[in-house]
Amino acid sequence: MSSKSSAAANGQALWAKVPKANAELFALTYGALVMEVVSDSDGNVDEINEQLEKIGYSIGIRSVDEFLAKSNSPYCKNLEETANVLGKTAFKMFLGINCDVQIYNPPTSFSLILHDNPLSLFVELPDNYKDTLQYTILYCGVIRGALEMLNYKVECTLIKSTLRGDDVDEIKVDLKNILQDGAGEDYQEE
Amino acid sequence: MSRTPVNILDRPLGGRGSRAETQVSLSAFSYLYSELVQYHQNRVDSISELERRLESSGYDVGLKILELITYRNREYKREIRLMNILHFVSTQVWKAVFGKPADSLERSVENTDEFMIIDYEPLTSTFCSVPADFGQLSADGYMSGIVAGVLDGAGFSARVTAHSVALEEGEANNNNTNTSSSSGGAQSGNNGSLLPPRKEKAVFLVKFSPEVLERDAAMDR
Repeated sequence: MSSKSSAAANGQALWAKVPKANAELFALTYGALVMEVVSDSDGNVDEINEQLEKIGYSIGIRSVDEFLAKSNSPYCKNLEETANVLGKTAFKMFLGINCDVQIYNPPTSFSLILHDNPLSLFVELPDNYKDTLQYTILYCGVIRGALEMLNYKVECTLIKSTLRGDDVDEIKVDLKNILQDGAGEDYQEE
Repeated sequence: MSRTPVNILDRPLGGRGSRAETQVSLSAFSYLYSELVQYHQNRVDSISELERRLESSGYDVGLKILELITYRNREYKREIRLMNILHFVSTQVWKAVFGKPADSLERSVENTDEFMIIDYEPLTSTFCSVPADFGQLSADGYMSGIVAGVLDGAGFSARVTAHSVALEEGEANNNNTNTSSSSGGAQSGNNGSLLPPRKEKAVFLVKFSPEVLERDAAMDR
Protein backbone atom coordinates (compact mmCIF):
# COMPACT_ATOMS: atom_id res chain seq x y z
CA MET A 1 0.00 0.00 0.00
CA SER A 2 1.74 3.12 -1.17
CA SER A 3 0.01 5.66 1.05
CA LYS A 4 1.10 3.70 4.10
CA SER A 5 4.75 3.42 3.19
CA SER A 6 5.09 6.99 1.99
CA ALA A 7 3.45 8.21 5.17
CA ALA A 8 5.91 6.16 7.19
CA ALA A 9 8.89 7.45 5.20
CA ASN A 10 7.69 11.01 5.63
CA GLY A 11 7.34 10.43 9.38
CA GLN A 12 10.86 9.08 9.58
CA ALA A 13 12.26 12.09 7.72
CA LEU A 14 10.36 14.54 9.91
CA TRP A 15 11.44 12.81 13.08
CA ALA A 16 15.07 13.17 12.04
CA LYS A 17 14.60 16.91 11.60
CA VAL A 18 12.58 18.07 14.60
CA PRO A 19 14.28 19.32 17.77
CA LYS A 20 14.09 16.75 20.53
CA ALA A 21 13.44 16.70 24.23
CA ASN A 22 14.07 14.00 26.77
CA ALA A 23 11.29 11.42 26.84
CA GLU A 24 11.75 10.79 30.54
CA LEU A 25 11.14 14.44 31.31
CA PHE A 26 8.08 14.24 29.06
CA ALA A 27 6.75 11.20 30.91
CA LEU A 28 7.46 12.68 34.33
CA THR A 29 5.87 15.97 33.37
CA TYR A 30 2.73 14.20 32.27
CA GLY A 31 2.85 12.28 35.52
CA ALA A 32 3.03 15.55 37.44
CA LEU A 33 0.07 16.87 35.50
CA VAL A 34 -2.00 13.75 36.15
CA MET A 35 -1.12 13.96 39.84
CA GLU A 36 -2.40 17.53 39.96
CA VAL A 37 -5.62 16.56 38.21
CA VAL A 38 -6.11 13.60 40.53
CA SER A 39 -5.55 15.64 43.66
CA ASP A 40 -7.88 18.40 42.43
CA SER A 41 -10.80 16.11 41.72
CA ASP A 42 -11.18 14.27 45.01
CA GLY A 43 -10.78 10.86 43.46
CA ASN A 44 -13.71 11.20 41.06
CA VAL A 45 -12.35 9.05 38.24
CA ASP A 46 -14.80 10.18 35.58
CA GLU A 47 -13.85 13.76 36.25
CA ILE A 48 -10.16 12.91 36.00
CA ASN A 49 -10.61 11.12 32.68
CA GLU A 50 -12.68 13.95 31.33
CA GLN A 51 -10.16 16.57 32.39
CA LEU A 52 -7.24 14.66 30.87
CA GLU A 53 -9.15 14.23 27.63
CA LYS A 54 -9.88 17.94 27.57
CA ILE A 55 -6.21 18.72 28.04
CA GLY A 56 -5.44 16.44 25.10
CA TYR A 57 -8.08 18.14 22.99
CA SER A 58 -6.51 21.51 23.54
CA ILE A 59 -3.13 20.10 22.52
CA GLY A 60 -4.70 18.51 19.46
CA ILE A 61 -6.29 21.63 18.07
CA ARG A 62 -2.96 23.42 18.22
CA SER A 63 -0.60 20.66 17.22
CA VAL A 64 -2.44 19.99 13.97
CA ASP A 65 -1.34 23.43 12.76
CA GLU A 66 2.27 22.62 13.37
CA PHE A 67 1.86 19.27 11.73
CA LEU A 68 0.32 20.66 8.56
CA ALA A 69 2.91 23.43 8.39
CA LYS A 70 5.87 21.10 8.73
CA SER A 71 4.81 17.79 7.29
CA ASN A 72 3.96 18.67 3.71
CA SER A 73 1.66 15.67 3.71
CA PRO A 74 -0.37 15.01 0.58
CA TYR A 75 -4.08 15.73 0.62
CA CYS A 76 -5.97 12.84 2.17
CA LYS A 77 -8.84 11.59 0.03
CA ASN A 78 -10.42 9.20 2.50
CA LEU A 79 -10.34 8.17 6.11
CA GLU A 80 -7.91 5.38 5.41
CA GLU A 81 -5.30 7.82 4.16
CA THR A 82 -5.97 10.11 7.08
CA ALA A 83 -5.47 7.20 9.45
CA ASN A 84 -2.14 6.35 7.88
CA VAL A 85 -0.90 9.92 7.99
CA LEU A 86 -2.01 10.21 11.60
CA GLY A 87 -0.47 6.97 12.75
CA LYS A 88 2.61 6.77 10.56
CA THR A 89 3.57 10.41 10.12
CA ALA A 90 2.12 12.46 12.98
CA PHE A 91 2.83 10.03 15.82
CA LYS A 92 6.34 9.54 14.49
CA MET A 93 6.99 13.24 14.11
CA PHE A 94 5.80 14.24 17.57
CA LEU A 95 6.60 11.23 19.70
CA GLY A 96 9.17 9.34 17.69
CA ILE A 97 7.23 6.10 17.96
CA ASN A 98 6.01 3.72 15.31
CA CYS A 99 2.45 2.62 15.52
CA ASP A 100 0.41 0.20 13.50
CA VAL A 101 -2.73 1.32 11.78
CA GLN A 102 -5.60 -1.08 11.44
CA ILE A 103 -8.52 -0.12 9.25
CA TYR A 104 -11.89 -1.66 9.92
CA ASN A 105 -14.54 -2.48 7.41
CA PRO A 106 -16.70 -0.46 6.72
CA PRO A 107 -14.01 2.21 6.69
CA THR A 108 -15.54 4.55 9.24
CA SER A 109 -13.23 3.53 12.05
CA PHE A 110 -9.63 2.56 12.58
CA SER A 111 -7.31 1.58 15.37
CA LEU A 112 -3.86 2.84 16.24
CA ILE A 113 -1.73 0.22 17.93
CA LEU A 114 1.16 1.55 19.98
CA HIS A 115 3.91 -0.87 20.87
CA ASP A 116 5.75 1.79 22.73
CA ASN A 117 4.07 4.43 24.82
CA PRO A 118 6.12 7.41 25.97
CA LEU A 119 3.41 8.58 28.34
CA SER A 120 3.33 5.45 30.42
CA LEU A 121 7.07 5.21 31.02
CA PHE A 122 7.71 4.59 34.77
CA VAL A 123 3.98 4.37 35.38
CA GLU A 124 2.12 1.87 37.47
CA LEU A 125 -1.45 2.52 38.46
CA PRO A 126 -2.52 1.83 42.02
CA ASP A 127 -5.17 -0.86 42.42
CA ASN A 128 -8.02 1.52 43.11
CA TYR A 129 -7.43 3.29 39.79
CA LYS A 130 -6.25 0.36 37.72
CA ASP A 131 -9.49 -0.43 35.96
CA THR A 132 -11.06 2.98 35.87
CA LEU A 133 -8.41 5.63 35.34
CA GLN A 134 -7.54 5.98 31.67
CA TYR A 135 -4.03 7.27 32.08
CA THR A 136 -3.24 7.66 28.41
CA ILE A 137 -6.60 9.14 27.49
CA LEU A 138 -4.58 12.23 26.54
CA TYR A 139 -4.04 10.62 23.13
CA CYS A 140 -7.79 10.38 22.58
CA GLY A 141 -8.15 14.08 23.24
CA VAL A 142 -5.26 14.94 20.95
CA ILE A 143 -6.67 12.86 18.09
CA ARG A 144 -10.17 14.20 18.60
CA GLY A 145 -8.91 17.80 18.65
CA ALA A 146 -6.63 17.41 15.67
CA LEU A 147 -9.18 15.63 13.49
CA GLU A 148 -11.90 18.08 14.44
CA MET A 149 -9.79 20.85 12.98
CA LEU A 150 -9.79 18.82 9.76
CA ASN A 151 -13.60 18.58 9.85
CA TYR A 152 -13.69 15.01 11.07
CA LYS A 153 -15.87 14.61 14.13
CA VAL A 154 -14.54 11.49 15.79
CA GLU A 155 -14.88 9.54 18.98
CA CYS A 156 -11.80 7.91 20.47
CA THR A 157 -11.63 5.13 22.99
CA LEU A 158 -8.76 3.32 24.60
CA ILE A 159 -9.39 -0.33 23.90
CA LYS A 160 -6.19 -1.77 25.25
CA SER A 161 -3.71 -0.33 27.67
CA THR A 162 -0.40 -1.72 28.85
CA LEU A 163 -1.15 -0.20 32.24
CA ARG A 164 -4.07 -2.55 32.58
CA GLY A 165 -2.07 -5.57 31.62
CA ASP A 166 -2.58 -5.69 27.85
CA ASP A 167 0.55 -6.16 25.77
CA VAL A 168 -0.03 -3.10 23.56
CA ASP A 169 -1.89 0.18 23.68
CA GLU A 170 -4.73 0.42 21.23
CA ILE A 171 -6.76 3.51 20.45
CA LYS A 172 -9.91 3.09 18.42
CA VAL A 173 -11.12 6.04 16.40
CA ASP A 174 -14.72 6.12 15.17
CA LEU A 175 -15.75 8.65 12.58
CA LYS A 176 -19.07 10.15 13.61
CA ASN A 177 -19.68 12.68 10.89
CA ILE A 178 -17.89 15.08 8.62
CA LEU A 179 -18.38 18.69 9.53
CA GLN A 180 -19.30 21.23 6.91
CA ASP A 181 -16.89 24.01 6.12
CA GLY A 182 -17.91 27.62 6.40
CA ALA A 183 -19.08 29.99 9.06
CA GLY A 184 -21.45 28.77 11.74
CA GLU A 185 -25.15 29.49 11.55
CA ASP A 186 -24.83 32.48 13.85
CA TYR A 187 -22.70 34.25 11.33
CA GLN A 188 -24.73 33.56 8.22
CA GLU A 189 -26.28 36.54 6.54
CA GLU A 190 -30.00 36.68 6.83
CA MET B 1 8.71 -5.77 20.79
CA SER B 2 5.73 -6.34 22.98
CA ARG B 3 6.42 -5.65 26.59
CA THR B 4 5.26 -8.26 29.00
CA PRO B 5 3.36 -6.65 31.83
CA VAL B 6 5.84 -7.15 34.62
CA ASN B 7 6.02 -5.35 37.90
CA ILE B 8 7.42 -1.89 37.38
CA LEU B 9 10.34 -2.56 39.72
CA ASP B 10 11.40 -5.53 37.62
CA ARG B 11 11.55 -3.58 34.39
CA PRO B 12 14.94 -2.47 33.12
CA LEU B 13 15.88 1.04 34.12
CA GLY B 14 17.23 2.03 30.75
CA GLY B 15 13.99 3.61 29.66
CA ARG B 16 12.95 2.61 26.18
CA GLY B 17 15.99 0.84 24.88
CA SER B 18 18.74 2.69 23.10
CA ARG B 19 19.58 6.31 23.68
CA ALA B 20 18.06 7.59 20.48
CA GLU B 21 14.71 6.17 21.40
CA THR B 22 14.35 7.93 24.70
CA GLN B 23 13.34 11.15 23.05
CA VAL B 24 10.17 12.84 21.98
CA SER B 25 9.92 15.96 19.90
CA LEU B 26 10.50 19.25 21.64
CA SER B 27 7.11 20.43 20.44
CA ALA B 28 5.34 17.48 22.06
CA PHE B 29 7.00 18.34 25.34
CA SER B 30 6.19 22.01 24.92
CA TYR B 31 2.52 21.36 24.24
CA LEU B 32 2.34 19.26 27.35
CA TYR B 33 4.19 21.78 29.45
CA SER B 34 2.00 24.60 28.22
CA GLU B 35 -1.03 22.59 29.28
CA LEU B 36 0.52 22.11 32.71
CA VAL B 37 1.02 25.86 33.00
CA GLN B 38 -2.50 26.60 31.78
CA TYR B 39 -3.98 24.04 34.13
CA HIS B 40 -2.34 25.75 37.08
CA GLN B 41 -3.08 29.20 35.76
CA ASN B 42 -6.80 28.49 35.74
CA ARG B 43 -6.69 27.59 39.38
CA VAL B 44 -4.73 30.44 40.89
CA ASP B 45 -5.31 34.13 41.31
CA SER B 46 -1.80 35.43 41.68
CA ILE B 47 1.48 35.13 39.83
CA SER B 48 3.41 33.97 42.88
CA GLU B 49 0.84 31.26 43.48
CA LEU B 50 1.26 30.07 39.89
CA GLU B 51 5.01 29.91 40.33
CA ARG B 52 4.62 28.09 43.59
CA ARG B 53 2.37 25.47 42.01
CA LEU B 54 4.75 24.96 39.10
CA GLU B 55 7.57 24.53 41.59
CA SER B 56 5.66 21.96 43.54
CA SER B 57 4.95 20.01 40.35
CA GLY B 58 8.66 20.05 39.59
CA TYR B 59 9.65 19.09 43.10
CA ASP B 60 8.25 15.55 42.87
CA VAL B 61 9.84 15.12 39.47
CA GLY B 62 13.18 16.23 40.95
CA LEU B 63 13.06 13.57 43.65
CA LYS B 64 12.45 10.88 41.05
CA ILE B 65 15.15 12.16 38.74
CA LEU B 66 17.74 12.10 41.51
CA GLU B 67 16.94 8.50 42.23
CA LEU B 68 16.98 7.58 38.55
CA ILE B 69 20.31 9.23 37.83
CA THR B 70 22.09 7.79 40.83
CA TYR B 71 20.89 4.28 40.10
CA ARG B 72 21.79 4.59 36.47
CA ASN B 73 25.25 5.97 37.17
CA ARG B 74 25.78 3.26 39.78
CA GLU B 75 26.84 5.96 42.18
CA TYR B 76 26.15 4.36 45.45
CA LYS B 77 28.25 6.96 47.15
CA ARG B 78 26.28 9.94 48.29
CA GLU B 79 27.40 13.51 47.62
CA ILE B 80 27.91 15.17 50.96
CA ARG B 81 29.69 18.37 50.02
CA LEU B 82 27.88 21.49 48.94
CA MET B 83 29.98 22.26 45.88
CA ASN B 84 29.88 18.67 44.68
CA ILE B 85 26.13 18.48 44.76
CA LEU B 86 25.85 21.78 42.94
CA HIS B 87 28.17 20.48 40.24
CA PHE B 88 26.16 17.31 40.08
CA VAL B 89 23.00 19.34 39.53
CA SER B 90 24.38 21.71 36.96
CA THR B 91 26.10 19.04 34.89
CA GLN B 92 24.65 15.56 35.37
CA VAL B 93 21.08 16.43 36.21
CA TRP B 94 20.93 19.10 33.55
CA LYS B 95 22.38 16.76 30.92
CA ALA B 96 20.07 13.93 31.81
CA VAL B 97 16.96 16.06 31.84
CA PHE B 98 17.54 18.95 29.48
CA GLY B 99 20.10 17.39 27.15
CA LYS B 100 22.92 19.85 27.88
CA PRO B 101 24.85 21.04 30.91
CA ALA B 102 23.81 24.31 32.55
CA ASP B 103 25.70 27.28 31.18
CA SER B 104 27.25 28.41 34.42
CA LEU B 105 27.27 28.03 38.14
CA GLU B 106 28.05 31.10 40.19
CA ARG B 107 28.30 31.99 43.83
CA SER B 108 26.49 35.09 44.94
CA VAL B 109 28.80 37.92 45.93
CA GLU B 110 26.54 39.38 48.60
CA ASN B 111 25.22 36.28 50.28
CA THR B 112 27.34 33.25 50.92
CA ASP B 113 24.35 30.96 51.14
CA GLU B 114 23.18 31.77 47.63
CA PHE B 115 24.26 30.18 44.40
CA MET B 116 23.10 30.74 40.85
CA ILE B 117 22.71 28.21 38.10
CA ILE B 118 22.38 29.97 34.78
CA ASP B 119 20.84 28.58 31.63
CA TYR B 120 20.77 30.70 28.50
CA GLU B 121 18.24 28.53 26.74
CA PRO B 122 15.96 27.07 29.37
CA LEU B 123 13.90 24.28 27.86
CA THR B 124 10.61 25.04 29.52
CA SER B 125 10.32 28.59 28.25
CA THR B 126 11.42 27.81 24.70
CA PHE B 127 8.09 28.74 23.15
CA CYS B 128 6.87 30.93 25.94
CA SER B 129 6.30 34.64 25.98
CA VAL B 130 5.14 36.11 29.24
CA PRO B 131 2.37 38.69 28.84
CA ALA B 132 3.21 42.15 30.09
CA ASP B 133 0.62 42.09 32.83
CA PHE B 134 2.17 38.96 34.28
CA GLY B 135 5.08 40.96 35.54
CA GLN B 136 7.92 38.92 36.87
CA LEU B 137 6.52 35.50 36.09
CA SER B 138 9.18 33.07 35.06
CA ALA B 139 7.88 30.11 33.12
CA ASP B 140 10.81 28.08 34.37
CA GLY B 141 9.36 27.58 37.81
CA TYR B 142 9.01 23.92 36.94
CA MET B 143 12.75 23.65 36.39
CA SER B 144 13.51 25.33 39.70
CA GLY B 145 11.14 22.86 41.32
CA ILE B 146 13.14 20.01 39.80
CA VAL B 147 16.37 21.50 41.17
CA ALA B 148 14.80 21.89 44.60
CA GLY B 149 13.59 18.29 44.50
CA VAL B 150 17.00 16.94 43.57
CA LEU B 151 18.77 19.01 46.25
CA ASP B 152 16.25 18.16 48.92
CA GLY B 153 16.35 14.49 48.04
CA ALA B 154 20.12 14.56 48.44
CA GLY B 155 19.80 16.13 51.89
CA PHE B 156 20.56 19.72 50.99
CA SER B 157 17.36 21.53 51.66
CA ALA B 158 17.22 24.74 49.72
CA ARG B 159 14.82 27.30 48.41
CA VAL B 160 15.18 27.52 44.65
CA THR B 161 13.58 30.26 42.59
CA ALA B 162 13.65 30.91 38.87
CA HIS B 163 14.18 34.38 37.48
CA SER B 164 14.23 35.59 33.92
CA VAL B 165 17.00 38.10 33.51
CA ALA B 166 17.47 40.22 30.42
CA LEU B 167 20.69 39.50 28.61
CA GLU B 168 23.26 42.24 28.56
CA GLU B 169 24.64 43.66 25.36
CA GLY B 170 26.91 41.18 23.64
CA GLU B 171 26.20 38.42 26.13
CA ALA B 172 23.81 36.61 23.83
CA ASN B 173 26.04 36.30 20.80
CA ASN B 174 28.91 35.12 22.84
CA ASN B 175 26.87 32.52 24.46
CA ASN B 176 25.16 31.19 21.38
CA THR B 177 28.44 30.19 19.82
CA ASN B 178 29.47 28.76 23.15
CA THR B 179 26.50 26.50 23.61
CA SER B 180 26.43 25.17 20.10
CA SER B 181 30.10 24.28 20.23
CA SER B 182 30.09 22.91 23.74
CA SER B 183 27.05 20.72 23.51
CA GLY B 184 27.74 20.00 19.85
CA GLY B 185 24.43 18.23 19.46
CA ALA B 186 21.97 18.72 16.67
CA GLN B 187 19.57 19.68 19.41
CA SER B 188 20.80 23.15 20.24
CA GLY B 189 21.76 23.79 16.63
CA ASN B 190 18.23 23.07 15.53
CA ASN B 191 16.72 25.25 18.19
CA GLY B 192 18.96 28.08 17.21
CA SER B 193 18.06 27.97 13.57
CA LEU B 194 14.31 27.80 14.11
CA LEU B 195 13.89 30.34 16.84
CA PRO B 196 14.93 33.93 17.27
CA PRO B 197 17.74 34.34 19.80
CA ARG B 198 16.63 34.56 23.39
CA LYS B 199 16.49 37.94 25.03
CA GLU B 200 16.47 36.52 28.53
CA LYS B 201 18.38 33.95 30.43
CA ALA B 202 17.08 31.90 33.30
CA VAL B 203 18.80 32.29 36.63
CA PHE B 204 18.02 29.67 39.21
CA LEU B 205 18.75 31.12 42.60
CA VAL B 206 19.58 28.43 45.12
CA LYS B 207 19.41 29.55 48.73
CA PHE B 208 20.50 26.83 51.12
CA SER B 209 19.09 26.44 54.59
CA PRO B 210 21.40 27.59 57.41
CA GLU B 211 21.88 24.06 58.75
CA VAL B 212 23.18 22.85 55.40
CA LEU B 213 25.85 25.56 55.39
CA GLU B 214 26.75 24.84 59.00
CA ARG B 215 27.17 21.18 58.22
CA ASP B 216 29.33 21.94 55.22
CA ALA B 217 31.47 24.35 57.22
CA ALA B 218 31.88 21.73 59.94
CA MET B 219 33.32 19.31 57.41
CA ASP B 220 36.06 21.79 56.54
CA ARG B 221 37.41 21.76 60.05
